Amino acid sequence: MSAQKTEITRCNCGEVQEDELYERLKIIVQSQRTIPGALIPVLQTTQNLFGYLPEKALRIISKELKKPYSEVAGVVGFYSYFSTTPKGKYTIRVCMGTACYVRGGQDVLKALQKELNIGIGGTTPNKKFSLEIGRCFGACGLAPVVMVGDQTFQRVKPTGISEILNSFE
Amino acid sequence: MTTVYINKQAVEVKEGSTIFDAAAKAGIRIPTLCHVENQIPKGACRVCMVDVEGARSMVASCTSPALEGMKITTNSKNVREARKFVVELLISEHCGECKTCVRNEDCELQQLATEMGIMEIAFPGETLKTFIDDSTAALVRDSGKCIKCRRCMTVCNEIQGVGSLFAQGRGFESKIGPAFDQHLDGVVCVQCGQCAAICPVGAITEKEHIDFVWDAIEDPKKFVVVQTAPAIRAALGECFDYEPGTLVTGKMVSALRLLGFDRVFDTNFAADLTIMEEGTELLTRLKRALVDKQQVALPQFTSCSPGWIKYAEYFYPEILDNISSCKSPQQMFGAVAKTYYAKKTGVDPKDVVVVSVMPCTAKKFECQRPEMNDSGFQDVDYVLTTRELARMIKQSGIEFRNLEDGEMDSPMGSGSGAADIFANTGGVMEAAVRTAYEIVTGRELPVENLHLQPVIGLEGVKKASLKIEGCLPAWSFLEGVELKVGVAHGLGNAKKIIEAMRAGEEFHFIEIMTCPGGCIGGGGQPRFTTNAIREKRIGAIYKEDEGKQLRKSHLNPEVIQIYEEFLKQPLSHLSHELLHTKYFDRN
Repeated sequence: MSAQKTEITRCNCGEVQEDELYERLKIIVQSQRTIPGALIPVLQTTQNLFGYLPEKALRIISKELKKPYSEVAGVVGFYSYFSTTPKGKYTIRVCMGTACYVRGGQDVLKALQKELNIGIGGTTPNKKFSLEIGRCFGACGLAPVVMVGDQTFQRVKPTGISEILNSFE
Repeated sequence: MTTVYINKQAVEVKEGSTIFDAAAKAGIRIPTLCHVENQIPKGACRVCMVDVEGARSMVASCTSPALEGMKITTNSKNVREARKFVVELLISEHCGECKTCVRNEDCELQQLATEMGIMEIAFPGETLKTFIDDSTAALVRDSGKCIKCRRCMTVCNEIQGVGSLFAQGRGFESKIGPAFDQHLDGVVCVQCGQCAAICPVGAITEKEHIDFVWDAIEDPKKFVVVQTAPAIRAALGECFDYEPGTLVTGKMVSALRLLGFDRVFDTNFAADLTIMEEGTELLTRLKRALVDKQQVALPQFTSCSPGWIKYAEYFYPEILDNISSCKSPQQMFGAVAKTYYAKKTGVDPKDVVVVSVMPCTAKKFECQRPEMNDSGFQDVDYVLTTRELARMIKQSGIEFRNLEDGEMDSPMGSGSGAADIFANTGGVMEAAVRTAYEIVTGRELPVENLHLQPVIGLEGVKKASLKIEGCLPAWSFLEGVELKVGVAHGLGNAKKIIEAMRAGEEFHFIEIMTCPGGCIGGGGQPRFTTNAIREKRIGAIYKEDEGKQLRKSHLNPEVIQIYEEFLKQPLSHLSHELLHTKYFDRN
């Protein structure tokens, strides 16, 4: 895995220029620099800001929080939540927790992979969807669960995939 | 105090001690592959398992606090089997062919496997992928052999404060290394080799120069000279089963001759030369500041330790002007060997091969710095660590312990006691003060046995001050000046002293050595180095110094001779050309 150079000029969360995002990042990091254990929350905020973790942002975080770059990279690599590659407009997360798994989560995942023609961790060529798996969203009564962006879909069946995907612009 | 019972024996330990500490205090050795002295335990290897009465399961003794009344068993069938199981699991992943590994018979994992009677691979299966990183001048990493004990991470981050290595990824796929699978030459690494010195297996080692040196010795056209740093003589013996702290200077010289070197010289000669140049530089800076009222970069920092130089180039580029422009003794030696010595003996400098034996891996990097060619050639061609020299001696069938003592060649084989102590933290400072004080006052440094006691020993940051009184007329501007000096060893401590300086603490001269304990604890020294071993080596070096008639650099007759015949005086035009250098901001 290598942190790619950022190529996007606009963020996918709105119409904000990338330079402005870096300005925002610096303010966020500087406000957190004295707080012990700030690294993970800062990485989360950064990923929300950019949609992923660009190398330039990680370098800024390393410098401002006075953490070796190797340590920042180690934390990013440890948590599957963090990504150093750009994500699609919507991130689809399929729950693979025990309840969702036994109630057909695996079939839903396969159907999504087929429908979108991407693998786990992949992004569609039109940058609309990224596909990930999760470990228990804490909604086992609704199994199997799929999240698209911040919307949750319950008791999803492979046959219901297209309808869900089509509801996103 | 807390009392615990280890194998029914009562042991009193300080509160906050671990079971591992308590056992050590009771003289019970618990095997471990990840423990690093005086550092927060990581509990990474799980080899140090012990049984605690009433506990739910066995515990790792290094991370478990010793609590009042605890009943601990370190030796039972259960404990032995648990430890063996852990080592078997480590071996199952380890991608290492012992027979062809550079650490064969010097490997802690192999040693434990032998000790525990592991005679077969209990869990054959997938092994780690081998990924070799030989991108840097000094170090080679092999991910297949790494057992992820994290000792290298601990020294790199917590002791040296460099932070090039960290755990990346997770589970079976995890690796200890630079960010995002980068090579070491793509990240901040000072090449100190403390990682290589502490690695229990062959996952990080020095880049060997042995074959290049053998080839040079075999080549009849080449005139191969060798220089040995002062720290070697106090540690090489450990590779031949001598007690740590045994001086083997004479045997080392004889061994080097038997290996086939044309001349055997002493880096100590160049260390004395360094004192002449660096001491004069300090006095010049002080004069410019005090008399000429010029803006001068003070305090002056020492420049002998190439890991420190690279560290400053990365982390403190704004103080590069404060660092003495003197090359390290190794590089001074190379530059004069290919000019002064070649001319003196009528050897064509292009045929001179300079080999250094150093306690250091960063010296391999230093000799390849592009600016280190003031003789018209690469000033130092090859650098062997103490460990590599021991391997060469073994390869050539020399019975080291049976050797007679030999003498170094002249005129670059003589060194003062002041040069010997360059090997110890505080030594360069003491050597410089011995000479500078005498130059300024005409009198010997007024301390017992010439030792600057406050800067001796393993305390991380040390300070001393010395009032200069009774100056000779030329140095009257220093009359009554309180000379303030600082010493730090280990780069984490270097950072502390630099921060203190920035916070306003006054110093005139600061010595920094990259490795804990100084060069005697260098990344190229025999394994395994603990503080107890550092102290023994330090003691041996002071013994070497005290045993000499010649204990001050400026009285070294060979140094006086090179100034008379060649360099003229310290900081002369030729000195500047050959013995001084520049540093670069690496950001």
